[in-house]
Amino acid sequence: MLRIFKTRETITKIQQRQISEFIIEKLIFLSGLASVLFVILIFVFLLKEGVSLFKTVSLKDFLIGKFWYPISDPPRFGVLPLLMGSLWVTLGAVLIAVPLGLGCAIFIGQIVPRSLRDYFKAGVELLAAIPSVVLGFVGLVTLVPLVRHLFHLRSGLTVLSGSLMLAFMAMPTIVSIIEDAFNAVPKSYREGSFALGATQWQTIYRVLIPAAAPGILAGVMLGMGRVIGETMAVMMITGNAAILPKSFFDPARTMTATIAAEMGEAVRGSSHYFALFAIGIVLFLITFLVNLVADFVLHRKK
Amino acid sequence: MSKIHVQDLNLYYSSFHALKDVSMNIEACRITSMIGPSGCGKSTLLRVFNRMNDLIDGVRIEGEVLIDGKNIFGRDILLSELRKRIGMVFQRPNPFPISIFENVAYGPRVHGLAKSKDLEGLVERCLSAVELWEVLKDKLHHSALSLSGEQQQRLCIARLLAIEPDVLLMDEPCSALDPIATAKIEELCFQLKERYTIVIVTHNMQQAARISDDVGFMLLGELVEFGQTDKIFTNPVDQRTNDYISGRFG
Repeated sequence: MLRIFKTRETITKIQQRQISEFIIEKLIFLSGLASVLFVILIFVFLLKEGVSLFKTVSLKDFLIGKFWYPISDPPRFGVLPLLMGSLWVTLGAVLIAVPLGLGCAIFIGQIVPRSLRDYFKAGVELLAAIPSVVLGFVGLVTLVPLVRHLFHLRSGLTVLSGSLMLAFMAMPTIVSIIEDAFNAVPKSYREGSFALGATQWQTIYRVLIPAAAPGILAGVMLGMGRVIGETMAVMMITGNAAILPKSFFDPARTMTATIAAEMGEAVRGSSHYFALFAIGIVLFLITFLVNLVADFVLHRKK
Repeated sequence: MSKIHVQDLNLYYSSFHALKDVSMNIEACRITSMIGPSGCGKSTLLRVFNRMNDLIDGVRIEGEVLIDGKNIFGRDILLSELRKRIGMVFQRPNPFPISIFENVAYGPRVHGLAKSKDLEGLVERCLSAVELWEVLKDKLHHSALSLSGEQQQRLCIARLLAIEPDVLLMDEPCSALDPIATAKIEELCFQLKERYTIVIVTHNMQQAARISDDVGFMLLGELVEFGQTDKIFTNPVDQRTNDYISGRFG
């Protein structure tokens, strides 16, 4: 044992090891730091550019203005129609995706035979792998005409089409988080319920769902975050009209779609340009809030 | 006629032969305990009686189990009805993460037994039977998870009583409890035996000697010996039983 420390080569070996240990440790630290740093930088940039809008436009006009005419004279930067567009589409998507996602998670986790479970799981995960622009394209040529026919509308480019599309995009998130929540429920609850003579469905809705409720809520919130942030598909199939939607059958335009569509043509440094950043801030705050609530709900029990 | 009649019962987990030619008769209104070292199949046997093994993939059962003369593997058996009559208390207390009241009301609700009016009286009777009513009557809407381990186990028993089973299966009900709590649960078993047939699995031989009328000793999936408690503990027929109860192994 002692002899090892006396030879010169082992000493250099130990030093080498210490050096590499030091370097790797610092590299890992830097990568951890980078993610936090980038978020802060992005937010600072967003804030700096967005706040510049309020030198020319009042905060009140921006938040509750009903008209978004960025290139008329004088321009009007009311974010309300875009905000409501986003909220309508999100509400619709959540209303569709949550029952569907909950059912899907229960089916995959509790009901389907073990041998088939992996296929269904892979199917749901594959849904997440489809690029949103492809989904939007498929939606445009299939879903939009279908909605128009079914509800006898002049155009199928409506909030409803967007909601349906986004519901499918939120499904993988919702399903996998809810399924995890069900898996985290102690097996003894299931056994206890079955041992009392409860049926499978009674066990699911009387014991498993209440026990998994925080996880279910978190899944819904994260799915919602995904829906609010989605851009491409929703831009293609909601009609892209910046008006206040009054029902699911009206066209709408979301905040994300507005930024994506107009950023290319806005003159850098103009009010229009700053207004798009201000929308970005609103979007950021909403997703941040949703994620915060989800996180809070998920970790409340611990 | 005995309450539970087991004839040539064999059980396999896939290829593992977990119960080997078990035959026995369990009498009504007695406490029967099953003893033996870990892995001898005593819990598996218990879980045959309310068919909890159905939840496990790859289980194959041969032989016959008659409860009140009826084959529990028969086609005309409704699983939920069987489990309603054959209640089970688990090794670790497993109250549901809902209120104390709802835990007791759970069984009656899933079986559609009681109107909500009668339910309050029923919950009171069941909690009184396990001597929890006085302590908990003002906390009925607290979470069941806030109770102590012993109280949780009592609650699990109360939860069973609410659906009026006639057999209580107890799978090492005291293994997560301290000696004082254990004594209290044993006391409760004595009271319950007047009305219920109790089968209790335990690895604690003193407990088996204290509370049971009949004892079965199991080893490696075989039922080595079955008989009256005092006889098994004072004058066992089989050498292996003798070795086990005198502490030579296990």
